Amino acid sequence: MGKKSKKEDSIAVNLVSRQKLDEFTADEKIKFILKEVQNGKVLVLEHGLTALEQSDLIEKTMKEIKQDTFIGIEMEGYGEEKPSFLKKLLGVIQKPRMTVIGPAHLLKTINKDNNMIETKIIPGKGG
Amino acid sequence: MLGGIDWMGLFKRRSLKSFLRRIFGKKQAKIGIYGPPNVGKTTLANRILQDWTGEQMGSVSEIPHETRMAAWKNDVKIENNGSSLYMDIVDTPGISTKVDFKEFISKFKMDKDEAKQRAKEATEGVIESIRSLDDVDGILLVMDSTKDPFTQVNVTILGNLEARDLPVLIAANKIDQKTSSPATLKAAFPQHPVVPISALTGYNSDDLYSHMINHFSKKRKKKKRR
Repeated sequence: MGKKSKKEDSIAVNLVSRQKLDEFTADEKIKFILKEVQNGKVLVLEHGLTALEQSDLIEKTMKEIKQDTFIGIEMEGYGEEKPSFLKKLLGVIQKPRMTVIGPAHLLKTINKDNNMIETKIIPGKGG
Repeated sequence: MLGGIDWMGLFKRRSLKSFLRRIFGKKQAKIGIYGPPNVGKTTLANRILQDWTGEQMGSVSEIPHETRMAAWKNDVKIENNGSSLYMDIVDTPGISTKVDFKEFISKFKMDKDEAKQRAKEATEGVIESIRSLDDVDGILLVMDSTKDPFTQVNVTILGNLEARDLPVLIAANKIDQKTSSPATLKAAFPQHPVVPISALTGYNSDDLYSHMINHFSKKRKKKKRR
């Protein structure tokens, strides 16, 4: 990725820990994700993005689209858990849940429901 | 009725107007029509305008990203059972995470230059849609009731609206089609009101208008109490 789109021999799937994500500011997190995805990597985030971060990522993705090399992202995750009354009272902040993000020409969502996100990585695309 | 004047209706209209002024500091609420591409946002905008002003908002097409710039129509008044809502309506470009010009060529036989131009404008449209969320008071979120509701775009848009505390009404569109399942949408998003509708045929549009007036007014009352 990045230059002329080429067929992928293998695709990296990186699991990114909550600790690493917590080290970033919101802006740094988006930059990190976008850079990795533009480099052809599929990321599985232990803790996903908030809705506002997701829309920020979509906006920044749109700015980075290069028609022959980067057509955007595929992103699937579960929404933020609703805090219980007790947690609300204690001020516990709910974290967004696990999310998978990858380049749209490689990662395809097959199905998603409350219990399972099925995706497929399609090597050899982009040629 | 007294002296040919509908005092009750006049009172309701005046109180809603003054209520809007108190909450938003203006007469009209800005209502945005949002959703992924090809769910029928512009068809719905056209339906609302046709029903209440006799005008059209924009052109519709089976090719995704037909609307690539937000379109506004100001001073639209809808009425139902003696209540009314004054709105500025914005029809927004579809929000998506990817735009591939090659799909326009392969699926819709568009020529390469036209497809590339459409894709470029579509990316700008997505950005405009996301940014315009800051400028609206309420949202009509349009979803395709023939499709899986758990798309990331739907979830992201709803999450944004919840984070911004914007009142949202889900229009489960395309119920004129055999494969539609508005019940699936209702089950997927039980925390929000879902109104089944066919923007194309106008089926159930009265119910939508009733929900728009009631839901957006109710939400405002809640806000006022805070």
